[in-house]
Amino acid sequence: MSVTRREFIKIGGASAGALAVGSGLTTKWWGMDPDEVVDPGTEGDRVVPTFCELCFWKCGVLAHVKDGRVTKITGNPDHPLSRGRLCPRGTGGVGQLYDPDRLRRPLVRVSKRGGDRFEPVSWGVALNRVAEGMLAIRKKYGPEALALFSHGYGGSWFKHLIKAYGSPNIAAPSYAQCRGPREVGFQLTFGQGVGSPETVDMENSRCITLIGSHLGENMHNTQVQDLARAIAAGAQLVVVDPRFSTAAGKARHWLPIKPGTDIALLLAWMQVIIEENRFDREYIDKHAKGFEELKQHVRDKTPEWAYPITSIKPELIRESARFIASFRPASLIHPGRRTTWYGDDTQRARAMAILSALLGAWGRRGGYILPSGMSIPSFPYTRYAYKPKEPADRPPSLYPLADETLASGLCDATIPGKSPYPLHAWMVYGTNLLQSLPNPKQTMEAIQKLDFIAVIDVLPVEITGWADVVLPESTYLERCDELWAPAYKEPFLAVRQEVVKPMYDSKPGWWIARELGLRLGLKDYFPWKDSMEYAIHRVKAAGFDCHTLQKTGVIKGKKLPVSEEEGLQLAFDTPSKKIELYSDALKALGFHPLPEYTAPDEPPPGMFRLLFGRAPAHTFGRTTNNRFLASVFPENEVWVNTTVARLLPGFEAGPPKTGDRVVLINQDGVKSNPVRVKVTERIRGDCVYLYHGFGHTARGLKFAHGRGASDSELVTRYKVDPIMGGTGMNVNFVRLEPAPASAQDRTA
Amino acid sequence: MSDTKRYAMTMDPRQCVGCNACVLACKAENQTPDHGFRDWIVTETRGQFPDLTQQIRSERCNHCSTAPCVSACPTGASHVNEGGTVLVTRRKCTGCKACIAACPYDARYVHPDGFVDKCTFCLHRVKQGKLPACVGICPTYALAFGDLADPESDVSRLLRERKHHVLRPETGLEPNLYILD
Repeated sequence: MSVTRREFIKIGGASAGALAVGSGLTTKWWGMDPDEVVDPGTEGDRVVPTFCELCFWKCGVLAHVKDGRVTKITGNPDHPLSRGRLCPRGTGGVGQLYDPDRLRRPLVRVSKRGGDRFEPVSWGVALNRVAEGMLAIRKKYGPEALALFSHGYGGSWFKHLIKAYGSPNIAAPSYAQCRGPREVGFQLTFGQGVGSPETVDMENSRCITLIGSHLGENMHNTQVQDLARAIAAGAQLVVVDPRFSTAAGKARHWLPIKPGTDIALLLAWMQVIIEENRFDREYIDKHAKGFEELKQHVRDKTPEWAYPITSIKPELIRESARFIASFRPASLIHPGRRTTWYGDDTQRARAMAILSALLGAWGRRGGYILPSGMSIPSFPYTRYAYKPKEPADRPPSLYPLADETLASGLCDATIPGKSPYPLHAWMVYGTNLLQSLPNPKQTMEAIQKLDFIAVIDVLPVEITGWADVVLPESTYLERCDELWAPAYKEPFLAVRQEVVKPMYDSKPGWWIARELGLRLGLKDYFPWKDSMEYAIHRVKAAGFDCHTLQKTGVIKGKKLPVSEEEGLQLAFDTPSKKIELYSDALKALGFHPLPEYTAPDEPPPGMFRLLFGRAPAHTFGRTTNNRFLASVFPENEVWVNTTVARLLPGFEAGPPKTGDRVVLINQDGVKSNPVRVKVTERIRGDCVYLYHGFGHTARGLKFAHGRGASDSELVTRYKVDPIMGGTGMNVNFVRLEPAPASAQDRTA
Repeated sequence: MSDTKRYAMTMDPRQCVGCNACVLACKAENQTPDHGFRDWIVTETRGQFPDLTQQIRSERCNHCSTAPCVSACPTGASHVNEGGTVLVTRRKCTGCKACIAACPYDARYVHPDGFVDKCTFCLHRVKQGKLPACVGICPTYALAFGDLADPESDVSRLLRERKHHVLRPETGLEPNLYILD
C-alpha cells in the first residue's frame, strides 16, 4: 500500500469529523434496519480438487468456481502436502489464469530472431512449423541435435515426446542451477539424495539448522508448516546466513557468516563435536566408514581457525556446535534447496551430510527419513526404439558425478566446439532460460546459432521473444496432467484435473505434445485419446477408484516405517554399503575425499557480493507478472547494510535512504534497472541482496516489465562445480550508483 | 435474543513468517478491490547488526469490545454484530471516514464504491462453522479463531496456556486480537 490509511485520513479528516458529530443524532434511526452479514459468494457453485503449479512443490488445492469463473483457491484438507493450508503463491492461481498478458494464440516469428515480433497463426500452421523443424533436424543431424529444456509438471508430455523422437538431451535448470550439488553430496555420503519433497522430518526435529536456506521466505508449504509446528513444539533454530532472514529472526543462534565460507564453519563444528565427544559414536561405529580420517582431517580446523575465515567468533562456533549436538539425533542440518553458490557446492553438501551422520540424524526421527512412494503402473506404450547417444551437455571426463543432464551444459553445447557434438534446435517448456540460466548474454548467443527454437509457455516471458514458434499453453487450472505419487512419509496419489476450459486459443501440454507426435510419425507413443484417459488407465491399473480420486483429488497409500524408531532397517547404497564419511569415489576421481575449505574471491574495492533468494509471494519470474500476488509484493529492493549505505561513494545528494532508487553495476559493467534500496541492519556490509525474478525486460509482461532489478542479468559469471557441473552463481560483485533523476519519481 | 458469543483471534508471532498468505486469502475470499486490504503484515526489527530481534505479525481489525468506530459512526453503519464482531453495513455507510479517524489500529479503508470496508472475522464463514479465510489458509498455524465464551475453543485454550498481550492496550478499547508472547 503506497498511501497509509492514516495519511489518507489527513486529507479529509477535519470535515469528516465535523460530519460525524453533526449528523450522528439525526441519522441513528437507520440502525433500525437489519444488519445483514454479506456473503461475498466466493465459495462457488462447484469445487474442483487439483494440484498447484505456482511452484514445483505441487500442493493439493481446491479450486472454487462460480458461474464458470475461478473465484479463489484454497488448500485441500485431504492432501498430505497442503493439509488444507497454502502458501501465498498457492492462492495466486487466479492471478495466473486471468493474467491479461497471457499468450493467447500460437505465434510465428516475423522479424530477426530475438526481435520479439510475431504474427498469430492457427494451431495447424504452428504445429506443422514445429514438426517440420524437428523433422529437418532429425534428417540433417540426427534427433540428438535437439534439446528440450523443461521445468514444471506439464513437461512430462514433452519429455516423453523428445525421448520418442530420439534425443537424450533433456534438462531442467532445477538441477545444475539449483538442487544438483546437494543431491550429489548426499548420494556420495548416504547413497541417496534428498529429492523433492525433501526427505526431512522437520516436524519432529528438536533443533533445525539452516545454512543459507531461507525457509519461511522460500515458502515450500509443507516444509514451512513443519517448521512452524516444530517451533510450536519447542524446537530451536540455528541459522547461518549473511542476512538476518525471517528464520534468523526466530533463531536461538544467528551466525552472520561471511559469504562463501560455510565449509570452514562446518569443519569447525565437526571439530568441536568430535573433540568433545558429542557425536553419536554407536551410530558411527555401526553405519559409517572413514571416521578416523575425518577426525584427522578436522583436528586442526578449530573454531579459532575458522574465526578469521568466517568472521564468527570462536565462542559462538563452539556454543552453537554444542547446542546442535545436544539435540541429536533429532537435530536436522537442513539440506537447503538452491545450493549452486560458489562452485564448491557438492563439497559443502558433503560437509552437511557428514555432520548429519555425526549427529546420527540420517534415518532417524526428527532428522532425515526414508519414505517411499506409491507404485502406479505406467501406461503401456511402445518402448523408445531409438538408442540415443550420450547427452551433449558435457564430455565424459567433465563433471563425472553429474547424474542428470546439465541445462547449462546443453546451452554450452549449442555453441560449436564446446561439446561432444553440437545441438541445432531447442524446445523450451515452461522455463524462462534468460532468467534461469546464468549469463543471459551467453544464452542469447547460443540461441542465435540454432536452426530452430520453439517455446511452450503461458506468459510472454523473455525466452518467448527469441522463439521461432511460440505455443501458448493452458494454465494448470485448465488442464489435466500426469499423475503424481512422490516418495513422502504419507504416501499419496494426486491428480491434476481441468477446473475450467482453456481460455483463449491456449491448449494443454498433453495435447500439444500428442499433436506434434502424430505429425512426427510417433503415433504409437501416444495411444491415449487425452490426458484424462491416460490418467484413468493408470489409476485403474493401480487398483484405485477413479471417481474417488477425481472427487477428492488425492488417494492416500499405506504409511510405512520411515525411520529407525519406526522399525526401518538402515541400508546405504554406497560402494561400501556404509555411510561414507571419507569418499574413495571422490578420491579416485581426483577430488578431495573429505570436504576442504577453499577461499572465495574477495569483492573488488567498493563492490559488494550479490546474493539473491526468494520472496514468499513469488516463484522466480514466473509469478512477478501475477497481479494478484504482486498486490502484496510488486517489486524487489536491494538490501544494503545501514552503516555501509551511509558511506557509499558517488551519492553526492546524500546517502541512499530506503525507497530511493539506485542502479547496480557488476564487475563486467552490466547495469541493472533502477531498483529501490532497503537500508537495513539485517545484512552484512560486504554483500547486498535481491529477491530473484524481477526486472523483466519482456514488453509483453505489462505489469512486471521494468519493475525492480534482475539478479540474473548481473550474474555474468559463475563457477562450475567440477564434481557435478552445477553453476555457482554467488560469485558476482556489484557497486551502487544513484539512479537517474527520472527513475526516482516512479511509483510502485 | 441474547448473544453470549465473544469471538476473538490469537496471533503467534513466533510462528508467523510474514508470507502474506492470510492477506491474499482474505483478498480472494472477500473480493476486496485493488489496493484494498483487510489484513496486513507488520515486521518490526530492533537493534543493530548483528544484535537484532524481529517480530512479524499478521494484523487486522481488533473487533474492540468498546469499539470507537461504532460510536463515531453517524449513520449506524458501523455496528456490533454476532459475537462482538464489528461490521459495516454498506448501504448505511456514507463513506464519511469518521470511523477511520477513530480507529487506533488503522484497520479500515474506503472502498472505491464509496463505503468503508474492514475485516469481518469472515462472519459469513463463521456462521457456517468455518474458520475465517486468513486463519484457515495460514501455513504456519500462527492464527487461531474462536469463541472466548467457550472454554474449549482454540482461542480460550491458547489464552489460558500462553502469556499474551494486545496491541495498543493504552487505548482501553478491549481489543479481541491477542498477540501470544
